Amino acid sequence: MSGSDSVGAAELPEAGASRRMPAGTPAHLVFAAVSTLGQRRWAAFKANRRGYWSLRIFLVIFGATLFAEVLANDKPLVVRHEGRFYFSIVATYAETEFGGVFETEADYREPFVKDLIRDGGGWMIWPPIPYAHDTIDYELPGPAPYPPSARHWLGTDDVGKDVLAGLIYGIRLSFLFGLVLTALSSIIGVLAGAVQGYLGGKVDLFGQRLIEIWAGLPILFVLIILSSIVESNVFWLLGILVAFSWMALVGVVRAEVLRARNFQYVTAARALGAGDRRIVRRHVLPNAMVATFTFLPFILTGSITLLTSLDFLGFGLPADAPSLGRLLAQGRANLHAPWLGLMSFFTLATLLTLVIFIGEALRDAFDPRRTGMQS
Amino acid sequence: MTPLTPFLEIADLAVAFDGVRVVHGLDLRLDRGESVALVGESGSGKSVTALSVLQLLSYPRASHPTGSILVDGEEVVGAGEQEMRAIRGSRISMVFQEPMTSLNPLHTIRKQVEEVLAVHGGLSGAAARERTVELLELVGLQEARERLDSYPHQLSGGQRQRVMIAMAIANEPDLLIADEPTTALDVTVQAQILALIKELQERLGMALLLITHDLGIVRAMADRVYVMEQGHVVEEGETAEVFVRPAHPYTRKLIDAEPRGACPIPEDEAQPLVETKDVTVEFPLRGWPRKRSLVAVDDVSLRVRQGHSLGVVGESGSGKTTLAMAIVRLLQSRGEIVFDGRSIDGLGFRQLKPLRRSMQIVFQDPYGSLSPRLTVGEIVSEGLVIHEPGMSAGERRDRVAEVLTEVGLEPEIARRYPHEFSGGQRQRIAVARAMILRPRFVVLDEPTSSLDMTVQAQIVELLLDLQQRHGLTYLFISHDLKVVRALCDEIAVMKDGRIVEQGPAGQLFDAPRESYTRALMNAAL
Repeated sequence: MSGSDSVGAAELPEAGASRRMPAGTPAHLVFAAVSTLGQRRWAAFKANRRGYWSLRIFLVIFGATLFAEVLANDKPLVVRHEGRFYFSIVATYAETEFGGVFETEADYREPFVKDLIRDGGGWMIWPPIPYAHDTIDYELPGPAPYPPSARHWLGTDDVGKDVLAGLIYGIRLSFLFGLVLTALSSIIGVLAGAVQGYLGGKVDLFGQRLIEIWAGLPILFVLIILSSIVESNVFWLLGILVAFSWMALVGVVRAEVLRARNFQYVTAARALGAGDRRIVRRHVLPNAMVATFTFLPFILTGSITLLTSLDFLGFGLPADAPSLGRLLAQGRANLHAPWLGLMSFFTLATLLTLVIFIGEALRDAFDPRRTGMQS
Repeated sequence: MTPLTPFLEIADLAVAFDGVRVVHGLDLRLDRGESVALVGESGSGKSVTALSVLQLLSYPRASHPTGSILVDGEEVVGAGEQEMRAIRGSRISMVFQEPMTSLNPLHTIRKQVEEVLAVHGGLSGAAARERTVELLELVGLQEARERLDSYPHQLSGGQRQRVMIAMAIANEPDLLIADEPTTALDVTVQAQILALIKELQERLGMALLLITHDLGIVRAMADRVYVMEQGHVVEEGETAEVFVRPAHPYTRKLIDAEPRGACPIPEDEAQPLVETKDVTVEFPLRGWPRKRSLVAVDDVSLRVRQGHSLGVVGESGSGKTTLAMAIVRLLQSRGEIVFDGRSIDGLGFRQLKPLRRSMQIVFQDPYGSLSPRLTVGEIVSEGLVIHEPGMSAGERRDRVAEVLTEVGLEPEIARRYPHEFSGGQRQRIAVARAMILRPRFVVLDEPTSSLDMTVQAQIVELLLDLQQRHGLTYLFISHDLKVVRALCDEIAVMKDGRIVEQGPAGQLFDAPRESYTRALMNAAL
């Protein structure tokens, strides 16, 4: 079959038929073999239109929330006062600097301070949403929770905090927390899986039993007990959640490593005198990476859902932290203010769906049948 | 001897997959009772041709832009499924290469043979059972009656192939197509199966279309031969004629590629470089209360002299690869292993590491032995990274380029990935990886057996050349006696983990002492 040789190999001697290509491989597949694996994977990812667009939308939303302080804040971006610029977001200025009374930080939303600045011939540029996630609007035209209006685009919660500001900060916190949690538990999981799979024998046997027992512990009860002993903060929560979620990848990685350690090129590396660490890092783990990357988006959604449900139940982040779960709980407590529950629900549903779609595209990208190469 | 209508007549046949032609204008004639071989390397289109006779290709992906196939005067190209079913298994039947995957592992052999009888002959019940036993006895399956209810995994490869043949001849077909029927089998079994096919052919008056890459089989089996190259028949004729006076350059290349002759014997009385004394390898099996174990290598003592090549031959399962792995200390073993005057069997990883430079191994499967995720350059240079960590990247690149040139590859390929290369090129890359450390002792574990004939010859030549240039010592493991003879001056024959005979190549080939060695020699065509 004349068409079955990869293009570049044809000018070399003994250009026999390449075995991976079936009889009569069309020309475009032959050419595809020339590009690197990474390029083919990216092409396969983009071929999944839904996943590709999900990635773009997700990046825009998540990227925007990273600048939450600029989007939604109760301080102006720039203050001009008596010929000087003040960047109140990055620095703290006392009210006395603008000619006020108190030596505490200026509250720019107070009419007194606004007057001071206007009298000094100055002006202020406000963010598009002039509330931070914890700003309480004391001048609401009606009782809180206040429905969506020009003043609060998505309304306020039952203490008068702006919902949109809460969402922006909440998305950022949830996803950053989710990403860190995913990263930490994946690293631990991959390492544990690699060690068990590569060493096998007793390490594997006891490791697996340990994981089975550990996975049987009820995480919620542990959290409830712990929250009554220590005062919960982000790091405590992260630590506990990592301790209970690192098992997700162990099974997959262990299976891949068990398979890969008997590959002939691994034996070849041992024959070259490569040590265990080098073999695992360079020859064995890359095989497990495909499964790992395919799993990551799903672990991420799992982490976010876990955090949200803990917040919803009140065992999550500290009370003053902006969180989607707490907003959801507000929605449940205030059924007469449906925008609270609806908004947090839609936000969560949209974002998690986006991540799942990205995960599906990622799975396509790592599928050897789509990228034309055995992994 | 040209009767008016041949049984099978293929004229101007083309086969295309997705519009790409893989067989071009093929003409083939096959008379009743005649044996014809279709010979060629992988990818030459020989199997595709055979499958199109039975219209078994995956249509409509596959198509026949031109040509006709007449079976006993009837056109089969474009024939309906109904008509084809009347031909398949009844007038023409087929035996495939892999006896393991051609039989359904979930059914007993009786059920599978009886199915063939039921579909075409309408036999069932006790009659079918009797006929099945008869057929299995005909193909020489021992204790056929007792084995009726065995599953395929309970039979050996040769026995499975016999069952396949029994199914193929169940309805006394006029033509048997055998697609590499013995490639997956050991040499002694191979000879038995070929003898069986030949005998059945004469007894039942079948015609035989034999698809193979092995010229030895062609010589022994076929009246006429068609040589295929890249979808074209380049030569046809009487077998004897073609072998003696090949007309086409490709045929000549194929015939020349057959390893022959004995290797030059280096000056004698060289010191032994590698020696084993009573090496035993055991694999623990499950068992209670006593642990049982499988003895794969049993008290093997060998000596490989500096600059010489020792060939270890044996059939699959004889423990030759296990022995090789034990010698280069990739497997735990008992008994002494001496390398360059130093006992290495008790050494740990750290003490072994410097020795790894001097002993290398090349594996059988060039597809499995190169990591698909690393570039050729990274694969070849790995030994340098491990053993000479101080070497600069530029120097390493130079060494890689040098060794790639030495094994007959372009240095530019260092940036590419293994999947872009053919089997022979990959095997050269694997050889380069072993050679870059300039070893003294190289274990070659069937380095040619998964390659095409002509490529195989090139690799053997490369290995001989490298040996001469660097004074290498080889331990060559193979089941192919011809290749062993071309490469080795000393031979050890292994069976069931033991060495049954050992000695200089010439002596072993000309006057084998043990009956097993003789059987092995006779079976090799």
